[in-house]
Amino acid sequence: MKLSTKHLIAIEPLKKADIDLIFSQADEFKEVLSRPIKKVPSLRDITVANLFFENSTRTRLSFELAEKRLGADVVNFSASTSSVNKGETLIDTVNNILAMKVDMVVMRHASPGACQFLSERTNAVVVNAGDGTHEHPTQGLLDAFSIREKLGEVKGKKVVIVGDITHSRVALSNIYCLQKLGAEVMVCGPTTLIPKHIESLGVKVEHNLQRALEWCDVANMLRIQLERQDAGIPYFPSLREYTELFGLTQDRLNSLGKEIVIMHPGPINRGVEISSEVADGNNSIILNQVENGVAIRMASIFLLAQGIKRVS
Amino acid sequence: MAKKITLINGGLLNMIIQRLCRQLIENHKDFSSTILIGLQPRGVFFMERIVEEFAKSGHVVKWGIVDPTFYRDDFRIHDKPLLAKSTDMKHSVEGMNVVLIDDVLYTGRTIRAGMEGLMEYGRPKSVELLVLIDRKKGREVPIEATYVGKEVESFDNQRVRVMWKSEGEKEDHVIFLND
Repeated sequence: MKLSTKHLIAIEPLKKADIDLIFSQADEFKEVLSRPIKKVPSLRDITVANLFFENSTRTRLSFELAEKRLGADVVNFSASTSSVNKGETLIDTVNNILAMKVDMVVMRHASPGACQFLSERTNAVVVNAGDGTHEHPTQGLLDAFSIREKLGEVKGKKVVIVGDITHSRVALSNIYCLQKLGAEVMVCGPTTLIPKHIESLGVKVEHNLQRALEWCDVANMLRIQLERQDAGIPYFPSLREYTELFGLTQDRLNSLGKEIVIMHPGPINRGVEISSEVADGNNSIILNQVENGVAIRMASIFLLAQGIKRVS
Repeated sequence: MAKKITLINGGLLNMIIQRLCRQLIENHKDFSSTILIGLQPRGVFFMERIVEEFAKSGHVVKWGIVDPTFYRDDFRIHDKPLLAKSTDMKHSVEGMNVVLIDDVLYTGRTIRAGMEGLMEYGRPKSVELLVLIDRKKGREVPIEATYVGKEVESFDNQRVRVMWKSEGEKEDHVIFLND
């Protein structure tokens, strides 16, 4: 049993068996992460470059921890301190890094398709850590893995993704991953933040948060990207109105008369899309998502690295 | 099609396991500072069989399961990927007398990896190795077993496989497969 892909660019082309395989290995890496010594030597002759052309804290840390706990050598690159500012192209930057004998590249980039572009032009294994509004596959995997951990299985569960679906790579990876595992997916948000024709992906669309919550078993609350609102393109009249209509509060949860699981990919705007009480409440698995992120990334990298043949 | 030959049948295997258990009792007395560690994947069936045998005579033994996958030296050499199996370590091995258990000892590389994995859970006082089958020829690292069920002479193109009732077989038995 091995992955059907050499790179991890997106969830869309993956098979259910690939996701199941990553989950089964992530289960074992969770055990590794619970040990006093949270490190295994499997990737000690592998070098991984983390290329972050966009800001990131938790994803970069999570990848770096995963790589180090697999025993890999890690080099980090962030656009703000690099020659990218001097006009170097993506492919030149990457080729220079690969010339230093790097085996795997984990990349975040603002342009959708940047990882695909790279994977077609290099010998290194490419892992997408978020490419523009396209996909963020490891986030999709860790979200589904966290639902499986909390509810026993993903199949048959109803998951609503609330917020800015138009600009969200997390939403897209979640939709593909959850559907492949047999969940029903709904998206909920203001009409301006729901892409036209998203129904063609087989998801339900709802503009009323109360109705969406009554329908679901799990609510994944996405971050409202304040920078977009500030950039002069208002997608809704005001933050206060957004919170009023789409913010998840304890009162709303109490009104449901049932327990639902609360998720958030972070970083949280407390008091905007989710209240502190809900984010820190018993139904929230937000910190479990972060913890599972390391295990999922270890599993993905461990499996992908097996495609890099050892030179003797 | 591989040719199958039964090497040890259920009755004989039972006697061998009983003998190994008696040897363990002789050396480890009341098992208060002993822990049995089954190596994934197939050493676990053997370890469970031994724990079951001890239970019949009222001996309670601590046990654990270690997966050597992450410590193997053939990672990224074969086309078939190495996949991790469950580890189950409820007890620390710090200061304990460990009996590492596997079904077949051949090159010794799995045992080497297993020992490295074991050390993640503490520094044992001692480590012994118990195997059901010792394929004498073919060792690639200097590892020998403390307790051996049966020594077997075999060629490289032959495989020795222990089949367990707990995995759906009619009875525990050992077979030879000629490729």
